[in-house]
Amino acid sequence: MIIANRKPFEEIKAMVAPFNRILVLGCGTCVTVDFSGGEKQVGILASELRMARQLEGKPLETLEYTVQRQCEWEFIDPIAEMVRGVDAVLSMACGVGVQAMAERYPDKIILPALNTVMMGMPIEAGVFVERCAGCGNCVLAITGGICPIARCSKNLLNGPCGGSQNGKCEVNPEIDCAWHLIYEKLKAMGRLNVLMEIIEPKDWRPAGGGGPRKIIREEVRLEV
Amino acid sequence: MSEFEPIIVTFACHYCAYGAADLAGVMRLQYPPSIRIVKVPCTGRVDVHHILTAFEKGADGVIVAGCRIGDCHFKDGNIKATRRVQYVRKLLKEIGLDEERLNMYYMSSAEGARFAEVASEMTEKIKSLGPNPLRKEAKR
Repeated sequence: MIIANRKPFEEIKAMVAPFNRILVLGCGTCVTVDFSGGEKQVGILASELRMARQLEGKPLETLEYTVQRQCEWEFIDPIAEMVRGVDAVLSMACGVGVQAMAERYPDKIILPALNTVMMGMPIEAGVFVERCAGCGNCVLAITGGICPIARCSKNLLNGPCGGSQNGKCEVNPEIDCAWHLIYEKLKAMGRLNVLMEIIEPKDWRPAGGGGPRKIIREEVRLEV
Repeated sequence: MSEFEPIIVTFACHYCAYGAADLAGVMRLQYPPSIRIVKVPCTGRVDVHHILTAFEKGADGVIVAGCRIGDCHFKDGNIKATRRVQYVRKLLKEIGLDEERLNMYYMSSAEGARFAEVASEMTEKIKSLGPNPLRKEAKR
């Protein structure tokens, strides 16, 4: 899922400073699961903003709502009436959701309350880690199911590098060396022979090097 | 002008602080009338929302009173509450309210005197901080 982080409160407060009535709009999918932009976080942020503005003597009226997914037209179309009634929308979705709202409601100011950080997963309650970089050409079959693109600081395809020390990365001793993990995993599985093959230089065009990516599935399109 | 009498919302755990408050009454201990008790099954049930709502609606202070660490009836509800209280204290600072308006205390149900002491201590602290500026009748 997509992992995000709420922007600093001061930054959000400054963004909504010119407005008197805003919609704080949550998203019920990824950012709900990672506790950054779900219904609960919408309530907390709206309450914080109301109180901060009240203290400044410039009360803020907030509407609170959370749609199932802000990145799909069918979920953001039904809130048109609500969007019309406010000065601005403070979106607590990832960057995709914010842009979907901005595209669907071109006359409305849509503000991002989150910084979208990565694609990852929770490894324990409250701890989220990066697992995929969306490179468009998956190599997990030959790296023991551990991604060297997302998890190696240098995105090496034939690692580890000289900075790997005692299984940790030289960039930060808290980062596990992905190639160390790959080696240990394949060794435990008796599949070290997989590493004998040199991985060729990667084609980075599917990773975005060829410009913004687009996928068309003809079999599911409705237009004739 | 009459002296400011704070309103302090106290989320009290059924298994400890609520019993302690009851005991304080049975023991005829005096404590300030500022305390408004909300009984909860465990402080682990107290959410960020509950505390923020109390402040938004004008509470001058909030106490979360749970079992002593290690004594939680539900194993670690009080530890979860401690983390949430720390988080809300950070939010209060962001908002511009004094974080000292929110505190977590630990006690057992046998500590009636402790409850009275906590109530007095918090009341004094809030009196020195003055009314919650969000309270409608509060003087700026």
